[in-house]
Amino acid sequence: MRQDRILSLLTTPTNERSSDSHLMIHIVDYDAGNQTSVKRALDHLGVASVITSDPEDLVRAERIVFPGVGHAHSALETLRKRGLDEALISAADRGTPILGICVGCQILLSGSEETDLPCLDLIVGRCLKFRPDDAALKVPHMGWNALRVDRAHPVLRHVRPGDEVYFVHSFYPAPDDERDVLARSRYGVEFAAVIGRRNIVAAQFHVEKSGPVGLKMLGEFARWDGNPC
Amino acid sequence: MLSKRLISCLDVRDGRLVKSVRFVNTKDIGDPVSAARRYYEAGLDELVFYDITASSDQRAIMLDVVEEVARQVFIPFSVGGGLRSVDDCRKVLEAGAEKVNLNTAAVSNPGVISEAADAFGVQAVVLSMDIRAAGSGSLPSGYEIVTHGGRRDTGMDALDWARRGEALGAGEIVVNSIDADGTLEGYELKLTRMIADNVGIPVIASGGGGRPEHLYDALTEGGADAALVASMLHYGHYSVDSIKRRLHDQGLKIRMTN
Repeated sequence: MRQDRILSLLTTPTNERSSDSHLMIHIVDYDAGNQTSVKRALDHLGVASVITSDPEDLVRAERIVFPGVGHAHSALETLRKRGLDEALISAADRGTPILGICVGCQILLSGSEETDLPCLDLIVGRCLKFRPDDAALKVPHMGWNALRVDRAHPVLRHVRPGDEVYFVHSFYPAPDDERDVLARSRYGVEFAAVIGRRNIVAAQFHVEKSGPVGLKMLGEFARWDGNPC
Repeated sequence: MLSKRLISCLDVRDGRLVKSVRFVNTKDIGDPVSAARRYYEAGLDELVFYDITASSDQRAIMLDVVEEVARQVFIPFSVGGGLRSVDDCRKVLEAGAEKVNLNTAAVSNPGVISEAADAFGVQAVVLSMDIRAAGSGSLPSGYEIVTHGGRRDTGMDALDWARRGEALGAGEIVVNSIDADGTLEGYELKLTRMIADNVGIPVIASGGGGRPEHLYDALTEGGADAALVASMLHYGHYSVDSIKRRLHDQGLKIRMTN
């Protein structure tokens, strides 16, 4: 891994080098559970990362992973209390590449059926609750399900048709603009499994627990310059 | 649609992987971390670690195992055995597990299920039930909950307990047949089906898996969402891939990685 990186630094043109040399990722800590799992996955990939709950760190960050498990409501309360909501919004505005995961993905939207609190509104749309007509479809949607990539994106470069990833959720993202949906999955309804706009990309599933498919996504995010094309 | 999950159970005592037959005569079969990594790389969907350490002063070893697994394995895993309180649960979750398996502690203190579900979410709480066929007519469902690895009867009806566990906040249920455990002769299909038909949360069939067709039966006739295997993998009789390919070829939705 390390040798590959040094090699790529030596062989890539200077104008691309800046994105490759800034590999430090800041992982947002807002007591939402899975920040340590994300860090371990990045450690495994040889990508430098640090867990932080300091808004100042996010302002300076080169790349941000915004993880999360649990309830959107309590997650939002903690984010606000720590001033992390404003820091995330200003980082997003400055073009910092951001990867949302699970609840971290849901909170990037404008709102959610899970809470009356406004969400970050970085991607316009809402989070909806699964209401399957079929009683055999249990909620939460928990387990491995297939991804279908509908819009090419650098972070999804290695995802092949039929690749499965690990989901645990009762709510799913529903962006208003179709173009913000990058990949879909199916559970009673078809829903957005990966969403993105400009320098923001977010997965409803647990990238850090989705085996080699998820690790490859993390690896691609670590070298992504924030340009969706 | 969701894939049916193949889960392997690793019994750990004093930091070593063991396989128990009917919970007695445990045999040392290796290092749990390297076994976990091998199964992860082979495409297993999920892991369960069951700590059967006898003395409480050895429990810290299990947390080391959990942490090391979390550094090397990037699929979900749960930990059970000896968890009595929300604090015990928090320790294994912080060490890197996604879920806790509550068994004996939940029987003696059902409130621990709801406390854990409130603290960590229902998706993090698995109710693990050890079940034995009861004498005829003694219990409504015909099955009884037992604890302490089958050594202690509780007089509790298995179906009642499953429903109550769900109401208290369990997010999944492991149906472990003590009668079938270690026999390699197949899962207790009637019992598995009965529980699966009467709860709204995923059911994991456990105990008795010896051949791929046993898993097929548990995931179809038994109505299970996942099947737990131990010996048939640990002793190398079958590989993760050979089991999955067989189930996949028989038409089940299975996550194929190779």
